[in-house]
Amino acid sequence: MNSEFAISVENLGKRYDVGRMHDPNDGLRHVIESAFRSPLAAFKKKLHAKRTKDFWALRGVSLQIQRGEVVGIIGGNGAGKSTMLKLLSRITVPTEGCIRINGRIASLLEVGTGFHPELTGRENIFLNGAILGMRRTEIIRRFDEIVEFSEIGEFLDTPVKRYSSGMYVRLAFSVAAHLEPEILIVDEVLAVGDAAFQRKCLAKISSFARSGRTVLFVSHNHDAVRNLCDRAVWLKNGHVQEDGPAGLVVDNYFEAISSVAAFSSQNHEYGFTVKSIVLKNSRGKRSLQFSPGEDMIVELHYLAEKPLEQPYITFGVTGKMGSCFTANMLLDGNRPAVLHGAGMLACRFKALPIFPQNYTLKMAVRTKSGEDFVIDYSAVAYFNVIGDLANYGFKGEFLSRVPNSTPVVVPYEWHLPDGTVASFSLNDALNQPRRLTEAVSLP
Amino acid sequence: MSEVLIEADRIERQYWRDLWSFRELFFFLVWRDLLVRYKQTVVGVSWSLIRPFLTMLVLTVVFGKLGKMPANGLPYPLLVFCGMLPWQFFSTAITESGNSLVSNANMISKVYFPRLVITVSSVMTSFVDFLISAIFLVPLMMWFRFAPPIQVLYFPFLAMLAVGASLGVGLWIAALMVKYRDFRFIVPFIVQFGLYLSPVGFQSSIVPSQYRLLYSLNPIVGIIDGFRWSLLGGRAPLYWQGLAISVVEVTSLIVSGIWYFRKTERTFADVV
Repeated sequence: MNSEFAISVENLGKRYDVGRMHDPNDGLRHVIESAFRSPLAAFKKKLHAKRTKDFWALRGVSLQIQRGEVVGIIGGNGAGKSTMLKLLSRITVPTEGCIRINGRIASLLEVGTGFHPELTGRENIFLNGAILGMRRTEIIRRFDEIVEFSEIGEFLDTPVKRYSSGMYVRLAFSVAAHLEPEILIVDEVLAVGDAAFQRKCLAKISSFARSGRTVLFVSHNHDAVRNLCDRAVWLKNGHVQEDGPAGLVVDNYFEAISSVAAFSSQNHEYGFTVKSIVLKNSRGKRSLQFSPGEDMIVELHYLAEKPLEQPYITFGVTGKMGSCFTANMLLDGNRPAVLHGAGMLACRFKALPIFPQNYTLKMAVRTKSGEDFVIDYSAVAYFNVIGDLANYGFKGEFLSRVPNSTPVVVPYEWHLPDGTVASFSLNDALNQPRRLTEAVSLP
Repeated sequence: MSEVLIEADRIERQYWRDLWSFRELFFFLVWRDLLVRYKQTVVGVSWSLIRPFLTMLVLTVVFGKLGKMPANGLPYPLLVFCGMLPWQFFSTAITESGNSLVSNANMISKVYFPRLVITVSSVMTSFVDFLISAIFLVPLMMWFRFAPPIQVLYFPFLAMLAVGASLGVGLWIAALMVKYRDFRFIVPFIVQFGLYLSPVGFQSSIVPSQYRLLYSLNPIVGIIDGFRWSLLGGRAPLYWQGLAISVVEVTSLIVSGIWYFRKTERTFADVV
């Protein structure tokens, strides 16, 4: 038995039959009926379906993860990250290839799996522990630790259906974190809970890593991957695109996704082409992630085969609760005299007054009259605002509700009866100096 | 430290070892289901007694009083209750275990453990209810001043046979339900018609003797007859051939159920 590696993956592949999975005819009646009517036709159809509707979520992936390594897995949606984790945690089986795992594995694919809303916190600790593979004696031994880590205190004997989502996640994470596996797989759990608890989770995970255990960490939070992991694996379309030191791979990954021409559109009638929309941060680097209070530069790269005279251009930022803010030439009246040939036009949104959430950038190009659209008002890019609001002086107990908050925040002050004045702004961030040093250290 | 090897298209050798290491999960799931079932109810666990008691009254009136079925000198409520005990267990067990995988879909798609745990534990949950209901036999027999015969020693064996029948059918339905939700409609039918096709409200001796063997192909017939024989004695004579058929059928149901369950288990997470 080779105990050098924790996980060894050879030529791993997973195929999903996309078409058949969603086939509404895949009921019992259909199966019986078609088998009776013409067995041959059903067989033929099966063959045909195999040819056309298969989808390889993962293919030809080989990896060796040594014991004690902390590996980050990054990649876009549909790159195969989730499939990879499901295979490693044995939820589903590979179509080809094999996986060798040395040691007890625990996966936090979604915290709180198996939590029953009717049961109390105490009961759920036992249930969840058992589902994750803990012995009863083990749970009893760690019970106090789990409760303390979760900070749920007096709510221990309250049914979890009455918990806030923050409490729920805290309890769930602490059960899983006390499983003490040799290999820990973490997926996006840190996207929930308040900032303070997120830090606590990260600390727990890095203490895991320091004690010589293996950690596999899947996250969109590239800072976390950079800080936590020694090594990163970048998955793209089910293949390993790059495998190497975390800092390097993360940089390359973000370079790549930021430079992808996510949006392009053409209007033949006006001979106008949007070649790409590029988002840049205040340092002029391409990025799809911004901090609250940071500047965001939107560049419209165009090709105007025919001169487009005095167009009106509108950019708008939309959050999940609707429109947030806009830069609209129809209103400000500032428009280019003419767009002709290849060129670029930019708009700098200063000090983004928005909370950490996901946003959509929309754009429209209208003709001289303002009546007709050259490019319809539509989504041209997606970006995230991420950041720890504690650095901006936000210290509310319910900070975990930020994802559901109204996103736009203008600077404001509270004047309390006792004369206290408390001012808040996403602009004067305490982390400003940090960004500055980062900017300086860049080539 | 143990090494786990996961390969495409191969039954994992460590399955039964895993099942053993997750043995405590059986009890946790049973405990959860029992705990949850009676949360926010007023009379709580008494429902396990009220339900069979009321059913017994209705069946006694319908079959005994209105239908005037023969009772061979036995108190009709007692006759009905001994038939209802295994039937109610079987019907709730196949309903619950049939739904078990689908209703625990979130667990199946997020965590690994042998899926057999879920289905088996839901049969066990129904079995606990069965035991609670069985307690009701004691006051019932005292009421009718009826002492159970010596064959009552066979009762555990017959109870196991009922567990086996529930498990065998439950495994099949659970695994099929993952892919074919049609069974959500089929199972209530089985339960509804089964009540009349099985000798719950009457004795199977009223079936003409030339059809008796055919009738016994329903595995529940042998089990119910066995229950009556072991609890009520000679006045509910046992039809041995029927019981033998049941044993054979239950065994093959379990074996084939485990086989089919294991065969489809690997893709549950992708399909459910």
